[in-house]
Amino acid sequence: MESYITDLRVEFGPLRLKNPVLAASGTFGYGDEFSHLSDPSDMGGIVLKGISLRPRAGNPPPRIVETPAGMLNAIGLANIGVDRFLEEKVPRLREMDTVVIANIYGHTLEEYGAVARRLEVAPEITALEVNISCPNVAQGGVAFGTDPGQSAAVTRCVLDNTDKPVIVKLSPNVTDIRPIARAVEEAGAAAISLINTITGMVVDVETRRPRLGNVTGGLSGPAIRPVALRMVYEAVNTVNIPVIGVGGIVTAHDALEFLIAGASAVQVGTAHFVDPRAGIHIVKGLDDYCKERGIGRLGDLIGSLQVN
Amino acid sequence: MVEQEVAVVFNEQVALDTFLMGLQAKEVVREAAPGHFVMVRVHKGFDPLLRRPFSIAGTLGGDLFLILYRVVGQGTGILAEVRSGSRLSVLGPLGNGFRIVSSGTSSCLVGGGMGVAPLLFLAQRLNGMPFSFLAGYGNAAQIPALDSFGLNPETFHIATEDGSRGHHGMVTDLLEEEVARLKEPVALFTCGPRPMMSRVAELALEQGLPCQVSLEAEMACGLGACQGCAVEASSATDRFYLHVCTDGPVLDAGRVAW
Repeated sequence: MESYITDLRVEFGPLRLKNPVLAASGTFGYGDEFSHLSDPSDMGGIVLKGISLRPRAGNPPPRIVETPAGMLNAIGLANIGVDRFLEEKVPRLREMDTVVIANIYGHTLEEYGAVARRLEVAPEITALEVNISCPNVAQGGVAFGTDPGQSAAVTRCVLDNTDKPVIVKLSPNVTDIRPIARAVEEAGAAAISLINTITGMVVDVETRRPRLGNVTGGLSGPAIRPVALRMVYEAVNTVNIPVIGVGGIVTAHDALEFLIAGASAVQVGTAHFVDPRAGIHIVKGLDDYCKERGIGRLGDLIGSLQVN
Repeated sequence: MVEQEVAVVFNEQVALDTFLMGLQAKEVVREAAPGHFVMVRVHKGFDPLLRRPFSIAGTLGGDLFLILYRVVGQGTGILAEVRSGSRLSVLGPLGNGFRIVSSGTSSCLVGGGMGVAPLLFLAQRLNGMPFSFLAGYGNAAQIPALDSFGLNPETFHIATEDGSRGHHGMVTDLLEEEVARLKEPVALFTCGPRPMMSRVAELALEQGLPCQVSLEAEMACGLGACQGCAVEASSATDRFYLHVCTDGPVLDAGRVAW
């Protein structure tokens, strides 16, 4: 376990984190894939790979393609289903000395509720992040996340089935993020996280076929960071609940942009594919930044953005 | 398996657009078996973003491992410019390697293009056991000069698509002849373009021969977290998809949907 000079602790809603850096869903597995390379306990928390009521095989290959300073994926929420998750993965979470957040997904409102209810038996899971923004599945997912009324309905349905704090993960694939952020807040979410991936496409000009089996996919990595930051900024200025910034964060510098813009915490995703210790390096980098500037408490930076 | 910065000891052109790189990493050499791969970060920047997977093509002495690569895009282009003495971040060895069949059985290694890489390592470790190595390339200029491997040149049977060296045609033509010639069963090991491996798998099935394939796929993490490198499994497998990184890259040909 690393130790730092700066007070890196942050609070968001009912959660207290030792530092504001979380692993983003789908990029750190169930916490065990990287275990011999990177200890999740050094991060403020980990958001597990999305779980649905029933197992999902995922989309046909190819599922990923590299893009300028990023990657496009269409994994299709491949996952082992909530029952196997509870049986095989949850017992191992006990060893983690950090906040563990389950990410849940459903085809229907009822499925969202059912997964949330099943996870009530697992005290290892501190909070739920609700995925209403996956661009790579035919039903559910982003269909809920692009409509304020539907977003609120999913939020309420999950809240009716859990006593855990509920974070709702928003889609960037909308004209205006603000009505959706507001709707989710009014429905009772403890926090929002954004952005999920931006829909995109790559064509192979030799074969004249899409490079992804699913035709389109979700763009992630540094390429999307300015878009993510703009949307986080808009959300922060719209809601009173905490906002978790996600999207293309690969260095402490990137994380600082989001914190200064008002994010209470950040998630590091695609960077973990390149470096399983990316999140931990970012925590160290935040400490260095504060030390060099005589900032004793990282929390003082949050929302310190000066506009004009 | 470790993630570490390692020294590039040499990075030599060995054929048209083709390079052989020697990297110094005792831990990798100690753990590496034929079929294993490493994820190499070609630079410290983020464009291109992802690590590149490379089969380990062999080891030299106690602390060097080799990768053989062709410049096909941005990542390998950067790699080709790396000078000896530079350091690169390497993650590995990763994946499941070839299972070497018990002594007494003869092996036939069938490689196409850069697919020869894991088979060269296998040949190195088969020392003393009987094997033949069939290698296919587009043309003679693509055939790597592989003096560092210490393999008997007569071990290689070459096919080129344009006939500029060896058999004029596909490497699978050579395999058909080899299978017909050999009296006793032979274990097949293959890596290369998908249509080539598919034909090798088909021949193996027809002849009832054991066949291990080393697969390639677009891959982000190499560790099973991203689930990007899925390939369709055959009906003989209890799963819909297999992951090249953690289920493979070496799989029994019968587990893959060709």
